Order: sequence, then structure tokens, then C-alpha cells
Amino acid sequence: MSDILLPRRQLIARAGGLIAAAGTLPLLSGCDAINDAPAVRKILAMGEEMNRASQRALIERGALAREFTRADLSPYFRPNGTRLPAGADYSAHAASGFADWRVRVSGLVARPLSLSMADIRSMPQRTQITRHDCVEGWSAIGQWTGVQLSRILAAARVKDSAGYIVFRCADRLGDALYYESCDMVDARHPQTILAWALNDAVLPIANGAPLRLRIERQLGYKHAKYVTAIEAVASLDGIGAGRGGYWEDRIDYEWYAGI
Amino acid sequence: MAEPETPVAPPKPAGPVRVYRHRLPARIWHWVNAAALLVLLMSGLMIFNAHPRLYWGEYGANFDRAWLVIGSTPDSGYLRIGDYQIETTGVLGRWTDAQGVAKTWAFPGWATIPTSYSLADGRRWHLLFAWALSIGLALYMLWTLFGGHLRKDLHVRRAEWSSRHIWHDVKDHARLRFPKGEAAARYGILQKLSYIGVIFVALPLMIATGLTMSPGMNAAWPWLLDIFGGRQSARSIHFITAWALVAFFLVHIAMVLLAGPVNELRSMVTGWFRLPPEREEAA
Repeated sequence: MSDILLPRRQLIARAGGLIAAAGTLPLLSGCDAINDAPAVRKILAMGEEMNRASQRALIERGALAREFTRADLSPYFRPNGTRLPAGADYSAHAASGFADWRVRVSGLVARPLSLSMADIRSMPQRTQITRHDCVEGWSAIGQWTGVQLSRILAAARVKDSAGYIVFRCADRLGDALYYESCDMVDARHPQTILAWALNDAVLPIANGAPLRLRIERQLGYKHAKYVTAIEAVASLDGIGAGRGGYWEDRIDYEWYAGI
Repeated sequence: MAEPETPVAPPKPAGPVRVYRHRLPARIWHWVNAAALLVLLMSGLMIFNAHPRLYWGEYGANFDRAWLVIGSTPDSGYLRIGDYQIETTGVLGRWTDAQGVAKTWAFPGWATIPTSYSLADGRRWHLLFAWALSIGLALYMLWTLFGGHLRKDLHVRRAEWSSRHIWHDVKDHARLRFPKGEAAARYGILQKLSYIGVIFVALPLMIATGLTMSPGMNAAWPWLLDIFGGRQSARSIHFITAWALVAFFLVHIAMVLLAGPVNELRSMVTGWFRLPPEREEAA
């Protein structure tokens, strides 16, 4: 028996050592030590890559998110994230009805633009009633009106070398202004619009006035609000910490938020 | 048929009869699936904590009517289903963590992955192990259908469908009378139906309702929304089915414990099961 028991004891001792190494804390903290181990985080991140690759393979580039009717609208469209950007600048813009708001289009474009809200409203518009899905789990249906991002990118003559579109925002969260990004598949998708109206009214401040992104096949945090600039880039390396978005850089939300 | 030329071996000494009950694919899948389901349940509860309300239909947020809510008041936690509300202080809605700090997340830290609130990490675990569940289930379904598992083990024979036979099995379970001898090597009718229910109904339902919550998949397969009546309905069905699987797990474990945990566990590890000796017929 002893020859069987001995290795078992060694195993137990070794397991005990591992748990102790995890922080001489109760078992639950041991679980969190697993969660925080760099190797584990690398494995966990594989899931995002598998989801992105499989969804990109499975979903046709132009496949549309479901569009609903006015009868399906949420009675109240819940705002989330920033509800009122801080700062005198934004307050002044809000007070003047965003008459002087400009959206810069720059980066890998042949013709950089600086668009006023009037410029944006004078372009061909798209109206869509879609479902907004927060990463937290709730959904709200709203009607959005705005200009397709593809039209703006065409007007700026975006270069072929552009791999991503980055959105800069006016709302500061903690240490940085909010930012998000998407690849060219979603940037050129017909339902990807910069919206200035919600449910037939001018976009409320809580929902991202004067202009917010709608990127209908992804979760809510991708839908940048208070958009001030659109940047075409070859890679996300130089943007924030390099993961393509405010939450992606800070708490490991997935950059690809199609699921 | 020629008689064997070598002398017939003397009868073996009386001892347990061993049968090879679980083939390797069944054993591998059983344990991979058990681990995946545990991670999926605990990380799923973390995701639920981000918005502990359930709705029917396409949309649903804080200002809409929820059919299930886990919430808190300044000094208690509660679970509300429809108009019924029960206090759940200490377990749901309001509980204290290992450091003695009061928390108001719906499910307590010991039930979630990770222990402390992180929607991002909960999603990472959930969406990775969903692959283990899905790939494992797909392979296991193929093996069940074409590898003989369905035909040999799970197929419900005509005679078993009789209400008398089913009622008999129900009564036997209620009296904790488990099959002995040869009969113990085969699944009973309730066992067959529950395993078929898990493999072909509950687990596929989890995967399908999970996919229905994906805005990307909604664009690819909008019919998913029609099947389940909208994204929020799919989320509700996902939650209910998860608890149905927990209920299956509890009954499953109870049956293993009652039928002989060592023998049952050994058979799911090595494949070999010792037949419980026949009952002494009462005189």
C-alpha cells in the first residue's frame, strides 16, 4: 500500500503548494487566481478569436440586423454609459443646439473632411428600427435616422490601406475620452450609420447628441456616442492600449462584440 | 459446434459480475461535458448578475416589465417571479462575501466565475466553454446516433412505452428500489428518457437560445428570433433551461449516491460496472 500512498501524498503536498502559491487564501480566491493567471487569460482570449472568425465566416458581409416596425418600439429607450458629457465645451455646444459641432474625418483618407451637423443632415439619410443589445443583457428597440458611414468614407475617399475605422468621442470616462473602432466590413455595412435622430426626434443628450454610431450587428458598447472624429487607420496598435476601444483596453471587453 | 478440446475451466469462485457498461466516447464526453457545464453555469450566473431581470419578447430593459427579478432593498434581498416575492437575504440579492462585506449582486460570489464582479471575465469563460459544450455535444450526438449508443442503450423499446411500465419504474425510483443483477446493466425507461432529454432537447436548447442572444447570429439566422419569440424570450428560456439542467444534475447525483457511488463512479471512469447481486427472493 505504501508505494501507492506515497506518491498520492506527494501529489496532495504538491496541490497544497499550488494553492498556497495562489495566495494562501481560501479556495475561492484560488479560483480567482486561476482567472487572473496570464496563461489562462491567453486561453480565455482564444474564445473571442474563435467567435470573430466563425461569425465572419458564417455571416454574409451585407446580412442585415432585423428591422422592426413602429409597433415594436420600446416605450422608453434606456440610455447607458455617459448620460451627460462633462465640460464647458460640451455644455456650450448643447446650449447652441450643436450648431458649431464638427466631425473630423482623417487618417488614411485622400480628402480629409470637417463636417457640420448641417453637412451631415444634407447627405442621403437612412432610417432603421433596430434592437440595441447591451452587453449586460437588456435590449431596447429604437428608430434611428442618420447617414451611412460608407457615404462619409466614400466622400473622404478612404484609402485601401485602411483596415479599421476609429471613433473619437466627447465624453470622458475616468482617465480618457471614449473611443471605439470597427473593421471595414462593419464600417461599410449598410446599417452602420451615424445617427442624429431617435424615434423621430433630435437625438437626446443621454443617447449621444448630436451624433452617435449605430453598428447593428454588435453589442451596445461599440455604438460610440458624442462622436467628434472618424479616423481611418491601418492597425489599432497606436489607439489607446491597442485593443481598439475604451472598455477593451481597460477591462477586457471583446473588441469583436457580435456575441 | 465442436466442443472445446481443452477442458472446461472450473466455475469461478462466486464474486461480483463485471460488465463493460460505458464505452470510451461516453466516458470522455461525460466528464468534458460535466466540466464545461459547471463553468458555463457559474460564468452564466456572473453574466446574469450584470442585469438580474428577465423579460418575454424582443426587448426588455429596466423600465419594462420583468417576469423575474432578483433585487435588493437596503436591508434584504429578494426574488420576484410574476407577482410573487420571497425574501432571499443571505443567498440572492443581498449577501456578505468572505471578507464580511455586504454585496447586492444577484448571485453570491461562491456561485459565480469569477468570484468578484466582472462581466467581461464571466463572458470570456462562458463564450470559450460554450465551444467545448457545442463541439462535444455535436460529436457525442453523432456517436449516439451512428455509433450504436442510441440503438443499444437509449432506444426506448415498444414495451417500455406502456404507461404501466413507466409507472412501475416511477414507483421503483420512489421506493429507491434499484435494479439488480443483469437488469442493472441496462438503462431504465426514466433514465433513457432523461438522458435523451438532456442530449437532444436541453443542451441543444441552451446552444440555440445562446446563439439567439448574439446580434451577429441574428443577422445570419434571423429565424432564431422567430423560433424563440425574440431575444429577451431566448434569454429567459436560456435561464430556465439552465436550471432544468441543474435539477437533472441534482437527481442524477442523488441516484448515483443511492445506487452505489463507488461502483457508479468507477464505471464512468473505467467503463466497468459490477452488477449488484440479485435480490434474495423472499420465501
